[in-house]
Formats: sequence, C-alpha cells, structure tokens
Amino acid sequence: MSPNETGYIKKDLPGNILKTGGILLGIGLILGIAGFLVDSYRASFAYLVSFIFFLSIVIGSLFLVALEYAANADWSTPFRRVSEFLAAGLPLLLIFTIPLLFNTDSLFLWSHSDYINTDKMLQAKSAYLNTPFFMIRVFAIFIIWIIFYNLIIRNSRKQDSTGNQALTKRNIILSVIFLPIFAVTITLVAVDWIMSLESKWFSTIFGVYLFAGVTWSALAALTITSIKLNEKGYLHSAIKEDHYYSLGTLMFAFTAFWGYIAFSQYMLIWYGNLPEETFWFMQRWDGGWKIISILLIITHFIVPFFYLLSYESKTNPKKLKFISIWILCVHFLDIYWLVMPSMARNDHAYSFSWIDFVFPLVFVGVLIIVFKKVAEKINLVPVGDPKLERGLKFHL
Amino acid sequence: MADKKLYAKAALFDTPDKIINAAKKTTEAGYKKFDVNTPYPVHGMDRAMGMGQSNIGYVTLFFGLSGAIFIFLFMWWTFASSYNIVVGGKPFLAAPAFIPITFETTVLFAAISTFIGMLAVYFKLPANSHPVHDTEYMKAVSGDKYGLVIEADDTIFDNVKVDEFLNNLGAYKVFDLYLPEKETYKMLEPKFIVFLIMVAAGTFVLTYLTLNKLMFIDPFSWMEFQDKITAQEGSDIFPDMKGMRLPVEGTVSRSDILYPYMGLVNPTEVLSNPTIPDKEILKLGKSKFLTFCSPCHGNFAQGESRLHLQFPTGPTLVNDKIINYPDGMIFHIITNGQNAMPSYHLQITPEERWAVVDYIRVLQRAQNATDSDLQLVNKELSSNVAK
Repeated sequence: MSPNETGYIKKDLPGNILKTGGILLGIGLILGIAGFLVDSYRASFAYLVSFIFFLSIVIGSLFLVALEYAANADWSTPFRRVSEFLAAGLPLLLIFTIPLLFNTDSLFLWSHSDYINTDKMLQAKSAYLNTPFFMIRVFAIFIIWIIFYNLIIRNSRKQDSTGNQALTKRNIILSVIFLPIFAVTITLVAVDWIMSLESKWFSTIFGVYLFAGVTWSALAALTITSIKLNEKGYLHSAIKEDHYYSLGTLMFAFTAFWGYIAFSQYMLIWYGNLPEETFWFMQRWDGGWKIISILLIITHFIVPFFYLLSYESKTNPKKLKFISIWILCVHFLDIYWLVMPSMARNDHAYSFSWIDFVFPLVFVGVLIIVFKKVAEKINLVPVGDPKLERGLKFHL
Repeated sequence: MADKKLYAKAALFDTPDKIINAAKKTTEAGYKKFDVNTPYPVHGMDRAMGMGQSNIGYVTLFFGLSGAIFIFLFMWWTFASSYNIVVGGKPFLAAPAFIPITFETTVLFAAISTFIGMLAVYFKLPANSHPVHDTEYMKAVSGDKYGLVIEADDTIFDNVKVDEFLNNLGAYKVFDLYLPEKETYKMLEPKFIVFLIMVAAGTFVLTYLTLNKLMFIDPFSWMEFQDKITAQEGSDIFPDMKGMRLPVEGTVSRSDILYPYMGLVNPTEVLSNPTIPDKEILKLGKSKFLTFCSPCHGNFAQGESRLHLQFPTGPTLVNDKIINYPDGMIFHIITNGQNAMPSYHLQITPEERWAVVDYIRVLQRAQNATDSDLQLVNKELSSNVAK
C-alpha cells in the first residue's frame, strides 16, 4: 500500500506546544539549579526521582514498540509512532545522568570506603557495588538501549517512504533480541539506582516491580498522547473505540500486575520477618510515610482497578484521559516513595520541600519538546507499515 | 412432519464476510429473535447483530466479590475466632497471609459462576438441550460453515418471507428447525442420575484408596524400619520381653550423694544447713517452694492451699513447732517424706532443698515479725524510694 492510499494527511503540531515545553523546561532548569545550590544533597534525591520517572517513560515506550513487533500485533500500529516519539528522549539519558554521577557521594552510602569497612556484608557486596563498575554499568546499559532504539526506529521510519515489508521482519528480529536484554537491563537499573540507595537491603523481585511501573506509565503516556492527538485530528481518523478499549485493558492488566508484584514483595518480607529486609518497609511505615504507603495502595491499585473495570470507562476517551494522567502522577508518587525515605540517614532527616517538584517540570518539558521536534519531520502514522491497514480495521 | 411445531428457520453461509453482512441486514430488517452460530468468534459480530453489552459481567463481579468476602470471613472465623492458632508468630488475623487465598477464591468463584451463569441463561437450566442441537445445521456450523437462525416466534416472522429473505442474503442452504414434540429434560432422566451417582461413588472409592492406601506405600523403607529397638518397643531377646532395660541393681549415678538418714521417721541427728541465704538462693527456694510445696502447704506456708478439702490438707509450716525444728529436720522431711507427704528427693536436688528450707524460714519470720524487723523493712523501703 503506498502512503497516500491510507488517507493520512500529515498536519504539523501547533507551535505553542514548543512554547509550553520551553517554559516548563526553563522554569524547571532555573529552579533546579537553584535547588542544587541551596541543598545539593536534597536536590540529588529529588532529581533521581524525576530521572527515574523520565527513564520509565522513554524506555517503557521503546519496550511497547518492541512488544508490538515481537508479538506481530497490528491493533497498535496506527499509533505506534506515538510510542516511538515518546522514546525519542532515550539518547538524552546520557546527558541527564551526569548530575547524578557527580552526586554519587550523596546518593549512595556504598561509595564511601570508610562506611564499607564497617560491615562484612558490604565488603562482600563491594565487588558489585563500587563506583567504577557502577559507572560502567550505567553507560553500558544506556548505550545498549540507544543502539536498539536507533536500529528499530530507523527501520520503522525508512518504511514510510519505501513500504518495504522486509523492514518489519528485521524489526521483529531486533525486538526479539531486545526484549530479554530489556528484562535484564531494567532489573539492573532498578538495583543500581533505587535498591542500592539502601546498601544493605535486597529484594529479588525488585526489578519486576520497577518493570510493572515502567510499562504502566509508558502505556498511560501513550494513551493520553494518542487520544489528545486523535481528538485534534493529527492521527488517522480510523482510530476508534476498539483501539481505546485495548489500551484501557492493557492499563488495567498492568494495574493488577503491579498490585500482584508489590504485594508479593511485601508478603514475603512480612512473613520472613528478617530484620535485614523488614527495615526497608519499616522506614516506609514511619511517621508521615505511613500515610503515603497507604495512599499508594489506594491510588496505585484500588482506584485504577475499579475505575478501569467497566467497559464504559475503557472506551470513553474522557475517562481514559483522566486515568492516564492519574497513572502518570501515581507512578511519580511510587518512585518518590521508593527513593525519598532513603535520604533520611546519618545527620539528614526527611522533610517536605519545594525542591521535590522542580525536576518533573524539566523532564516533562523535555518530553514535550522532543516529541514536537521529532513530529516536525516524521509522520505521526507509520504510513508504509504493512500492518497499518489491518490495524485501522481492528475490531474486537 | 406437519404436526411438529416450527422453532426457527436456519440458513448456512460460506464466508465470515457473508455472515457479518447477513447479521447486519437481519438487524436492519427488524428481526429481534435471531442468533448466529459460527465455528469461532467472528470479530465485529456483536455490533453487526446490534447487541449491547452482555450483563454476564455483573454475575462475575457479584460472585467474585462474594467469594472474596466469604473466604476472608471464613479464614477470620477459623484462624482468629473459632480456634486461635499462632502461626509463624503472626497475629491471629494475619491479613497479608490471607490475601493469596482471597485472590484465588475470588477468581474461582468468578470463573465458575460465569460458566454456570452462562449455561443457566443459554440452556434455560435444567433443560440441557436446545432445538438447534442434533441437527444437520449444527453439524455444519461446528465445522466450517457460518449459520444464522431466525426464530418463529419473532413478531414479524413469516414463513415464506423469511425463506426469501435468507436466500437473498446469499445463503446456500435453508433449514426448518422444529421444536421437540415433548419437552424432555435429560438432566432429570433416571439414566443420567444413576450415572451421576456412579461417578460420585467412583470418586469416593478412588479418593479413599489414594488417601488411605496409595499414600502409605513406601518405596524405600530401609531408614524407617531398622533392627534397633526404639523406646517403648518390645523385644524377644530378653525373657521379660521388654525392649527397655533397667540399670543393673545397685547402680549409683556419679552425681548422686547418698542421704545417710533415709527412711528414719525420727532421726536422732540431722545435717546442718550448708547455705548462707542470699537473694539468689531465696529466689531459687521461692521458685521450688511455689512449684512443689505450695499446692498443699499454701503459698505462704499457712496450710490454706488451693487443694484445701480436696486432698489431705498440708499442715501449716509457720507454727512454733516447725519454727523450732533445726534446718536439717525440715531438709530431712522434704527428702524422706512424712505421714501423707511423699519423698521429694527425686524432684528437688539437695541444693534446691536447702534453698527451700531457707525460704520457709523467711516465710516464718515474715509472719512473726518483730518491731525491729518492721523498722528494718521500712528503712529499706524508704531508702529504695530515696533512690
């Protein structure tokens, strides 16, 4: 099928999107630098929360693209480009990780050799948890992701003009290679960036926990962006209820999946009742964190679960938009809950601060600007993809 | 055939596109009572047939929640209410431990109720057959054809018009389906009930054999059954057929110190107390006294025990007679026994017996306290307060 047969007409996104993104980024950058100057210890933790949030969306979106190819799904083809554009921030991870690498001393106790010398357990772990190896892992993982991003996305874009079916086949092979690599790397990211904040804590399910949140938030980002674009007519007009329903169902599934994983982690630690594991939950049951923990159960599982249970809410664009924004906010809260209690140590204590809400502005701004910039050159619908026609005709 | 009542007219189609089109046209023509049979789910059929959302979801939701509530209350009742058992040091109502079972039961109730609910609605239980069953039409649509049925009690049903309508849609064959002459419920037939009973009996026998016989077949029993004699076991090696042997007569254990006055009712001389009472010794004496002596002599050695009138009443130990006994005499009575009191030399070691004697002396003095004793106590109490 040649591109003009699909009936898709490329329209440019309005320029004020760029302005919105620029304003968010600008305010965020100024306040963020101020935050680092005022309290760099505090700011590095707040930055880490937003960094993981950004990472969730970009790598989660690439995962969704790879998943579509590997499963040979056609229902999501009409808006696969949305995920591709959201993943376009991936190469920026290399830049955004720099402020964190300068602050490993504040973030990670295991980077202090005098602290490691106090404990046999930490000495045993130091073969893995040491600064040079940490740096190697961080860059190796990001570079692997960026390589796969470039390979998969390049094939997808080339198809727009050539319509060559062999490119789809090549992407299927790339995706099948990428998925197991993704499983391992996302686990390492979870261990390196979040779990190692508490050098002595360990939970083998932790990688899966982060994966559940990553996929959940990437789906929410895809849903909100696709619906917004589709309502304004930037996507193909054939995207209908059934596509929305499938997105809603996937978000519902990952709501239940997160609940399952989060509870599995909690129950084993609660039942085993070993002090070297339970302290992590005790920290999060201390003082005000107790409220956040309970709030997380309600907002991350109970509300979305019952909200997305009915057919109506999965097909109504308004309701889907609401729950997508809800999910993105709650995913942020989830990471906040994972990271922030760990900053209370030595002579530092946790207290609520304005710095926590500065860095999300930066990353949301970056996502918007990157999306707009990429959308200027590339079609919002993969017009050359052989699966597109089936995807547009998708019926449940 | 004429006396049979017409149930419906059924048409067969070749392709899924034709059946979708036929369903759409049938809806547009205004037929309400019609159904489509296909060998697999055809996408878009619900919409083509003008069907709304199925209500079966509410059955699932209701029974799912019922299952969750039922099993949670059941676990609360068994673990936390009816028969409290501490498991793993957790509270009786260990909610996190109940959640996996609650989850499984929710799924079980939801799935089974959905399945039975659908059977009940579509088959109109207890009927287990449908007029389209066992027809050539059914054979075709469970193979590779797509079928459409228009029921005869539809308000706009007309024998000739429906034939014509179906043929115009592109049906390659149209059937007349008749209602069975007599309504029979195969589920209530004796044959089926006997079959059910036989299945139940078979399940019972198999379960019994599995749980009581099969599970106790031991493929490797070398460890379990050895030639040694275990405790309480008989043996034919010895003439008295007992596996457990007594020590040789006259055997004395290494730690045993013989008491020289054993068996004497009124010994002329007794041992002297080797202990100097201090807090540790009195604590030991109190503990042993409360365990072995207080059941008869009472907690304060006054003879007013909790076994009063149910058992030979123990005499008071705080009267002048006992106060005037030498320590060794009390030790002798504990060791040897007196009147109804048995010997306690096996239960209480000699050191502990001396500690008991010291403690009895404390009780005696406490109950015959002099003014100087009280002053001492008051002084100690006020010094404690001052601290």
